[in-house]
Amino acid sequence: MERLEILKTYKIYIGGQFPRTESGRYYVISDKKGNPLANICLASRKDARNAVVAARKACGSWSEKTAFNRGQILYRIAEMLEGRKEQFVAELIKLGSTQKAAEKEVELSIDRIVYYAGWADKYQQISSTVNPVSSSHFNFSVLEPMGVVGVSCPQDSSLLGLVSTIIPVITGGNTVVALASESLPLCAITFAEVLNSSDVPGGVVNILTGTQKEVVATLASHMDVNALVGNTKDFNSFSEAAVDNLKRLISFDADWTKPEAHGLHFVSDVQEVKTTWHPIENIGGASSSY
Amino acid sequence: MRTDKEKPVSPSEIIAKSPQIDKVGVEERVARFQTRSIKNESKMQGLKMALSMIDLTTLEGKDTPGKVMQMCYKAAHLHDQFPDLPTVAAVCVYPSMVKIAHEALIGSNIQIASVATAFPSGQSTLEIKLNDTKFAVDQGATEIDMVISRGKFLSGEYNFVFDEICAVKEACGKARLKVILETGELVTLENVRKASDLAIHAGADFIKTSTGKIQPAATMQITYVMLMAIKDHFNATGKMVGMKPAGGISTAKLALHNLVMVNEILGPKWLDNQWFRFGASSLANDILMQILKTDTGLYQSADYFTID
Amino acid sequence: MKSKKTESSTSWLYSPSPESTAHISLRESYDLYINGKWEKPISGKYFDSINPANEKHLAKIAHADQADIDKAVKAARKAYDTAWSKLSGSERAKYIYRIARIMQERARELAVIESLDGGKPIRESRDIDIPLACNHFFYYAGWADKLEYAFPTRKVEALGVAGQIIPWNFPLLMAAWKIAPALATGNTVVLKPAETTSLTALKLAEIIHDAGLPPGVVNIVTGFGDTGAAIVNHPDINKIAFTGSTNVGKIIQKAIAGTSKKATLELGGKSANIIFDDAPIDQAVEGIVNGIFFNQGHVCCAGSRLYVQESVAEKVIQKLKDRIQTLYVGDPLDKNTDIGAINSKEQLQTIDKYIKIGIKEGAEIYQPACNLPKKGFYCPPTLFTNVAQSNLIVQEEIFGPVLTVQTFRTVDEVIQKANNTPFGLAAGVWTDKGSRIFNLTTKLRAGVVWANTYNKFDPSSPFGGYKESGFGREGGVHGLSAYVKLS
Repeated sequence: MERLEILKTYKIYIGGQFPRTESGRYYVISDKKGNPLANICLASRKDARNAVVAARKACGSWSEKTAFNRGQILYRIAEMLEGRKEQFVAELIKLGSTQKAAEKEVELSIDRIVYYAGWADKYQQISSTVNPVSSSHFNFSVLEPMGVVGVSCPQDSSLLGLVSTIIPVITGGNTVVALASESLPLCAITFAEVLNSSDVPGGVVNILTGTQKEVVATLASHMDVNALVGNTKDFNSFSEAAVDNLKRLISFDADWTKPEAHGLHFVSDVQEVKTTWHPIENIGGASSSY
Repeated sequence: MRTDKEKPVSPSEIIAKSPQIDKVGVEERVARFQTRSIKNESKMQGLKMALSMIDLTTLEGKDTPGKVMQMCYKAAHLHDQFPDLPTVAAVCVYPSMVKIAHEALIGSNIQIASVATAFPSGQSTLEIKLNDTKFAVDQGATEIDMVISRGKFLSGEYNFVFDEICAVKEACGKARLKVILETGELVTLENVRKASDLAIHAGADFIKTSTGKIQPAATMQITYVMLMAIKDHFNATGKMVGMKPAGGISTAKLALHNLVMVNEILGPKWLDNQWFRFGASSLANDILMQILKTDTGLYQSADYFTID
Repeated sequence: MKSKKTESSTSWLYSPSPESTAHISLRESYDLYINGKWEKPISGKYFDSINPANEKHLAKIAHADQADIDKAVKAARKAYDTAWSKLSGSERAKYIYRIARIMQERARELAVIESLDGGKPIRESRDIDIPLACNHFFYYAGWADKLEYAFPTRKVEALGVAGQIIPWNFPLLMAAWKIAPALATGNTVVLKPAETTSLTALKLAEIIHDAGLPPGVVNIVTGFGDTGAAIVNHPDINKIAFTGSTNVGKIIQKAIAGTSKKATLELGGKSANIIFDDAPIDQAVEGIVNGIFFNQGHVCCAGSRLYVQESVAEKVIQKLKDRIQTLYVGDPLDKNTDIGAINSKEQLQTIDKYIKIGIKEGAEIYQPACNLPKKGFYCPPTLFTNVAQSNLIVQEEIFGPVLTVQTFRTVDEVIQKANNTPFGLAAGVWTDKGSRIFNLTTKLRAGVVWANTYNKFDPSSPFGGYKESGFGREGGVHGLSAYVKLS
């Protein structure tokens, strides 16, 4: 007798938990032939709000972790993703990828996480400065995370786009509320399972499924979201709503499938610059000839 | 014994002599105590020592004579199935329960400690605080755990805090005075050190971290700073002052770490319930479980140890 | 009913708590790791590695000579030409991450072997040496595919084959400091550990093998000074990285003078640790102890010259003496040991020689009472007070648990005294006043200045000296420069 397959329920990811949307709504995604693949949560404004609360709560301890520790955790994500490679390949194929393209997308996603894992304890070294001010002060500028960052994940890339936009944001100590690609959401939720099993504290990344019109619009106008990251063309309709708290809008135009579609600026653009002045007293040492 | 060239006289001079404290350095130092590995005989010795240093405590609005009597029985019979166990050092109750405890403990050497001075907030008049203290002593308390006025301390009224401790000390008569700093409200280690120095100079027999009502309570860092104050005072004057961390020490392991710290800072003279106490409500049973584990080699279950 | 008290006022001594050696595997003898294989030395010569804590034999170690070194360099050259230089940075990174991860998995085993072979307390090898070594690989792995950020607008190339010679005080950590940046920047490696502490480097060879690195990318060759000299003088080596004594450093610089070999030298020190009267005094005392007694004082940046401001000198010295009495000296494998064994008989003799000199110079010696083990090489923590700048024990590096204590009156005076040395590796400053810290960091001629802390290391932080303490930096972005050709 043939064994009946168990189908997976796709839920959203908030504060390290996998609840269903509080709204009870869903939408159906289908394969190329039109056969339904899964019922996907249609997240509401309230879900977005809950996710922001979770992200804010996680902000302090995540940004205070040592840079090295964040790097280790990011590398752990890559390890876990490598171990579940086949599952992602299968999901990508369901959504219309070829075997080869799917494998490449997953491999590139893993390598991209490893790349940013390396940045965690280095971006500060490249981006900070000691400023030679003309007074007797030690003056230095360092980067600090902006806080809670909304991410509107690329629509046309299921896993790689999500990884490429979320990972550099958390590398720099921010926490994220992300909206997955509306038409390609499967990998996003499976990736949330990877995050949940790889030492990433709950609330650092929150992933919702649903529509930009509803979720991104909510994030854009939310007073406790500090920045919004996404593709330029998706942003136009939200930029006005973001004005109320001077939300930082960071938009990218990148072809994420290119190996070089990564870089320091994806981390440093989602950072504030903080400058500190400290007096230097000047006593002694006169007789040394240095 | 060395003595300081100029003896501090006023509270402001005492405060001025309190040293600077670097928190990061304190954390590193404390971490070293926590890497000490206490095994075999030294572990058994440490566990029994810890047991004998407990002030078994109940300080709740819902305390009743029944609860206090049962706790007193437990204090004297920690685990009679195991031979040669010490009793706890004292029970610690509200003034209204002192009489009950006194009667329950007749014939034992267990001390009766009572919180007084409008515990835990200390927000009352000196007169009420002194009456509170005298009442507890009259009822049979042999030790008084007072709280300092943290609000006054934080607003810089060191004379007030100092004088209050002196007055309560006088009201104690023969009872030994433990001065609770409520370190969770003092926040910085410098404040903890300053308050320790004030209390010691005002005549405290013991300095104590917390009421148990405010978090954080007796962290290793806080206790370390207070032990250093005791050490410096001893080196300067030759006078011993006791230490009581209270609140948050609920495991045998943490108790042993504390004893390691006392051993290495103050030395073996302080490893005695005359000079060191744990204020705790649930520590005793965890220590008992560890004692039986060390003795039998078997991990223990809480089901086999009485609550009261 | 009677209250029973445990015996009071008797001291509470900690029962022995030795770290288990059951889970480590050591071979009876170790060959040379060349071209991904274990090769017997051509001469057939081996030497013994002993445990300095009890003088027991641990393993036989191959003694490489010039012919072996030639084999190793050829393997490294071939690996560079055919494999390593062909890889992308991100692929190199993944190899190095693998090394870091396997080291983390085998951390406890490495710690135990490090303590067995070198005499350092297990607490230090477990909590400091090994984690730092792992982290160093982890940190530099991340640089392999980001070199264009470290050297913007420059073309970055590897140098080729790096010859690396490391000391016995931090055997695995120094191997990590040398190998990780070399691999990240695309070089291949011939590394020689010190003759008294070869074992963890050989374990690292096993780990590198398990990580699947192409054969020849890392070669570990063991031996004595002649082995090192063969590396330094080999014509096909592009870079020498050396950590060790200033004397040997000078010999190396002379040997490679006139060749195209690049060098970095991390040499001796006699670092000043300066305590001002407003310092957090109890933490400063800890910093003094950590500064000089960490790793038995076998630390090139040890805070071996203590300067205390006169108004607090009496207090600081008293507190220091009190504190030293609580240090446990003994079996390195005991988890409670603070000070372990001196690395070798020779080093113990050197230290003893300096202690005798100090006494002869009229300095006042203080050593706490401690029961040293009968067998093995041990030295109690030692203070010398009543010393002056002109004492030999103040000028020369002792490389042991020996601290000289001088007093000073003014900022100006202490800056001059601290800088009054041919060395310039590190310094410590203890004061509550921030502006004073920055004054001293500006004026002190040393590669590392610690403020209100001492002996802190991190893969992201450059380390290295001024003056006769050597040149070049290891760690951080600056550590990459030593291994790249820029154009």
